[in-house]
Order: sequence, then structure tokens, then C-alpha cells
Amino acid sequence: MTDAVLPYAAHGDPHHLRGLQEAVLGHEGPAPKRIVTGYGFWIFLLSDIVMFSCFFASYAVLLRQTAGGPSGSQLFDLRSVAAETAFLLLSSFTCGLASIAADLRNARWYQAAMAVTCVLGLCFLALEGREFSGLVARGAGPSRSAFLSAFFTLVGCHGLHVSAGILWLLTMMAQVYAKGFRADICRRLLCFALFWHALDIIWVGIFSIVYLMGSGT
Amino acid sequence: MSELEVREFHDRHDLAPGEEEEVRLGQRLLGYIVGLGLSILLTATSFFVAGTDLVWQPSIPVALTVLAIAQMGIHLVFFLHITTGPDNTNNVMALAFGLLIVFLVVGGSVWIMSHLNQNMMPMDQIMRMQ
Repeated sequence: MTDAVLPYAAHGDPHHLRGLQEAVLGHEGPAPKRIVTGYGFWIFLLSDIVMFSCFFASYAVLLRQTAGGPSGSQLFDLRSVAAETAFLLLSSFTCGLASIAADLRNARWYQAAMAVTCVLGLCFLALEGREFSGLVARGAGPSRSAFLSAFFTLVGCHGLHVSAGILWLLTMMAQVYAKGFRADICRRLLCFALFWHALDIIWVGIFSIVYLMGSGT
Repeated sequence: MSELEVREFHDRHDLAPGEEEEVRLGQRLLGYIVGLGLSILLTATSFFVAGTDLVWQPSIPVALTVLAIAQMGIHLVFFLHITTGPDNTNNVMALAFGLLIVFLVVGGSVWIMSHLNQNMMPMDQIMRMQ
């Protein structure tokens, strides 16, 4: 490497960086697109988590405002919640398997793992839909009390995210099927995996704070 | 040093969230399996603690909160691959800022609203003033 490549070498190495580090600093340009995309999506996920924290805060504030209606301990069925948790956790795992298969460029295992993820997500949604319709049928719909409004907003918003995630999942299966593992599609896959894992993190908060704490008191 | 080598060096020192340095199948698979196992363990503990009489009752919400935070940490490390490595600084800084906002929103709301309830005049006195 010559001084023509490193014009600042004439400044006598002011930061005591030599060799490799100096060369890297000299060539530092924009990061690869994959890294920028992932980072941007990570910031979107954090903003999504901040939005959920607002719903958690309103739920915590409105927890006792049942307006004479039923409270959480009378409504929640912990066995169904445990099943929902298991479905979502396993779907997170199979989503991880799908991203490994995508990195190995193995289309068959990728499609299989994504299909399992999709089925597990649909099972989760079915259980949640059953729970919601059961609550509404018992007269404990979102308009019954401030507590139930906050409950349906928080849990329903997570359910909407899962539904959107399943639509995105099917899109990703179709895109890989039609176009193969192109660089841009692999970036989308990275974002999808982040989204799906983040949904699981939010669900951990929901089942701990809403269901387990709510059924105890 | 060729452009490619510099590029590779640079790549190794900047990771997208959700990405791992090595592409070795066994190690990555092991990471997800360990994450799944720890998550199942913590979830089972949460459900057990919530329903049991063996624990001092007022400690249950605290225990559930601690277990939930631990499980979120497990998910972040094993599934989202947010670690404390030097290649992950940007992701960790963004996460730290997000957590700050989350704690301000949740903690602040709960704190302020509970004080409002405490400081509010009892309802019968409000009715008498009208």
C-alpha cells in the first residue's frame, strides 16, 4: 500500500493507529445495505415497542376501573394462555430455523420451516379469537369497562401485529418461491425474522403482566 | 491490502440486528435450541409461580416481572442476536434509548396516576362543593 492510497499518512499517525486499522479508517464508507436495512428496521421495532409500552401503561392505570364488571381473575383462562404462549414460542423457534435455511440457500427446508411458523401463528390467532369471542359473548366486551377497553386494545393490537406478520410471512414464502434467495429478498427475510421475534418479546410482557398477574389478584 | 480484504474487515465489525457472525450450521442451531430451552424453562416457572401457594404471595408480581425481563433478555440474545460485542454497538445504543423511553412512559404513567388518585379529594366532598 502506498502513500498515494493513504493521503493522511503524511500527518504522522496522530491517533497511533497503524497498519490494518489505519487502512480501514481510510476506506470507511457507507455500511453495506444489509446492515443499514437491519438497523433501520430495528429502530422501527423499538418504536413499535414504545407504542406497546403506552398501551401497557394505560392498562396498568385502568386495571382497577372495572365499573362493577368482571375483573381479570374472573375472565382469564390460563390454560388457553399457556397454549398460546407455546404456539408463539415454537413459531419463533421455527422462524429461526427458516432464517438458518435461508442462509444455507436451502429452499425446501426454508419453505417447510416457514409453513410450520405460519401454522403455529394461525393456531395462536385462533385461540385468541376464541378467547375474544367468548368474552364478548359473556358480556365482557371492550365497551363493558375501562379495564376491558384497555385489555382489548393491548392484546388486540398484538393480535393485529401477528396477523400482519402472517401476511408478511406468506409474501416472503411466495417471493422466495418465485425469485429465489436474491440479496434484496434476503434483506426482507432478515427484517421479517426480527419482526416475528419482537412479537414474541411483546407477548412475554402480555402473558406475564396481563394474564398471570391479572389472574392472581 | 486489497479493497476486498478491507471490506471483509469492515463487515466483521458491523452487524445488522438479528445477524450472527458465523454461518456455521451447528452453532447457530445450538443457539436457537438453547434459547428455546431457556424460554420454556422461564415460561414454565412463570406459570408455576403464578398458580402456586408455595411462595409468599406479595412476592409473586415481583417474581413474575423478574422472570419476564429475564425471558425478554433471552429472546434478545438468542433470537434477535443483540449482544454486547463491539460489532453490535449501534443496535445496543438504539435498544438502550428505546428502553429509556419505555421506562419513562410506563413508570411515569403509573407513578403520576397513583399520586393523582391519592391526592384527589374524596368524591362526596366534590359533590358537596357543587
